[in-house]
Amino acid sequence: MKQIEVRNLSVKYQNAIILNNINFTVDKGDYIAVVGPNGSGKTTLIKTLLALIEKSEGKIEFSTKKIGYLQQKISIADSNFPSNVREIIRSGLLINKKSKIYSSIDNEKVDSIIEKLGIEDIKYKLIGKLSGGQIQKALLARAIISDPDILILDEPTTALDPNSRDFFYNYIKELNEKENKTIILVSHDIGAVGKFAKKILYLDRVVIFYGTFSEFCHSSDMTKYFGNISQHFFCQRHN
Amino acid sequence: MELISLLLKSVQYEFIQKALLSGTFLAISSSLLGIFLALQRKSLISDGLSHVSFATAALALLIGLSPLIISLPLVILASILINKLVSHAHIYSDSAIGLVSSLSIAVGVLIVNVGSGFNVDIYSYLFGSILAISPIETALCIAASLITIVLIIIFFNDLFLISYDEDYARISGINVKMLDLTFSIVQSVVIVVGIKIVGAMLISSLIIFPAITSLQIARSFKSMIVFSVSISLLSVIIGIFSSFVFNAPTGATIVLLNGILFLIFFILNKIFKFK
Repeated sequence: MKQIEVRNLSVKYQNAIILNNINFTVDKGDYIAVVGPNGSGKTTLIKTLLALIEKSEGKIEFSTKKIGYLQQKISIADSNFPSNVREIIRSGLLINKKSKIYSSIDNEKVDSIIEKLGIEDIKYKLIGKLSGGQIQKALLARAIISDPDILILDEPTTALDPNSRDFFYNYIKELNEKENKTIILVSHDIGAVGKFAKKILYLDRVVIFYGTFSEFCHSSDMTKYFGNISQHFFCQRHN
Repeated sequence: MELISLLLKSVQYEFIQKALLSGTFLAISSSLLGIFLALQRKSLISDGLSHVSFATAALALLIGLSPLIISLPLVILASILINKLVSHAHIYSDSAIGLVSSLSIAVGVLIVNVGSGFNVDIYSYLFGSILAISPIETALCIAASLITIVLIIIFFNDLFLISYDEDYARISGINVKMLDLTFSIVQSVVIVVGIKIVGAMLISSLIIFPAITSLQIARSFKSMIVFSVSISLLSVIIGIFSSFVFNAPTGATIVLLNGILFLIFFILNKIFKFK
């Protein structure tokens, strides 16, 4: 079942073309890694999908409104924000919520997600006083608490140590495989995300490649684009 | 004993009762508003708008109309203008506030210069005269404060999310632009009704101080609200009584108390590390 359809999408800022004629579709249960070099437009693509950036041309269609989003840690600013982890996680329930008041069921959901992610010890700590890994876990909890159909993650592991990164990737994989959640994960590390993602969308202002990881590793076009050694390097790490 | 009997006697005066009533409502609404403005780094807008209210009050006195009638629409317009300058003209928000603010003071001073006969009246709008507010001004202050409090209660969770993470608020389906506009108008109304109480030059401190003071000690959003409203109420009520007892200007006394409370909590936080 098609969940996202992107047709002829272009994004321009002043006279610069950030994204040019992007086309792809996302099916339910897909796990897509959006990869590409720095400045290739990965975050712009995600923000345009989420209507945080205005598109210049093209069409974006979602078949669901239930979307969870975890942005780059850098965009969450205030370390002095007077709010504890529990309050931040609970705000994830506001997605398309008609009633603006939290119910007792909402509070149970918060406790359940905190338990699931093993962050009971920090639930009453101020969000600004946590480590990078702890903040990402709290924000992941916020992104999934509303039980989204699609989970969009923008470079979520940048601030994480290797253990937290493994936990993170495994948890996302579980969400994809056991709960059939659609995952779109932005990264600049094909090797790392290639272990988990079913499809690769390689972006460099235009779509260079979109297909399965296996197709990516065996594509002669990609061999020409990256060179034999780089392609082999990505795919070897995958294996 | 003499002080207590003086205070007990003071609450029997109608002007003190009106001052306490309007001051209490203004303290609650301005401190609630201040929390979200401070966390969204927009608290300086209230400073800019209070300068605009000085110019509009001067204009009203010049043409012989009630400053409330003239100030309300013009200050609302100014708040929309600041928002537009920031979002459409891509001017930094502090610069946009600076532009509108300094321009307003210049216009205000020129108007005062033209209508030199109303210098005493304009002084009461510049620095406030809570002990001389009329029943209509008291009623307006209560009404505006009640509307502000109700709106904040209704949109509380949306405002919380916008303050922490505006992008997430947008994808959650919250109409950030509409809420921005609504609370710009609400903020303008609170400033206009508040200038008679603490004055155009000091009203922004009633919005900013309680939020910044409570930030020193709050360990959750709920506690920030409780601290902020309590600090604001404390400074306004003690400020009104102190100004009566010591025959001091009320607005300045309230702001000074706010400053003292900030210093106390700032130092306590440095020593005891509440956060």
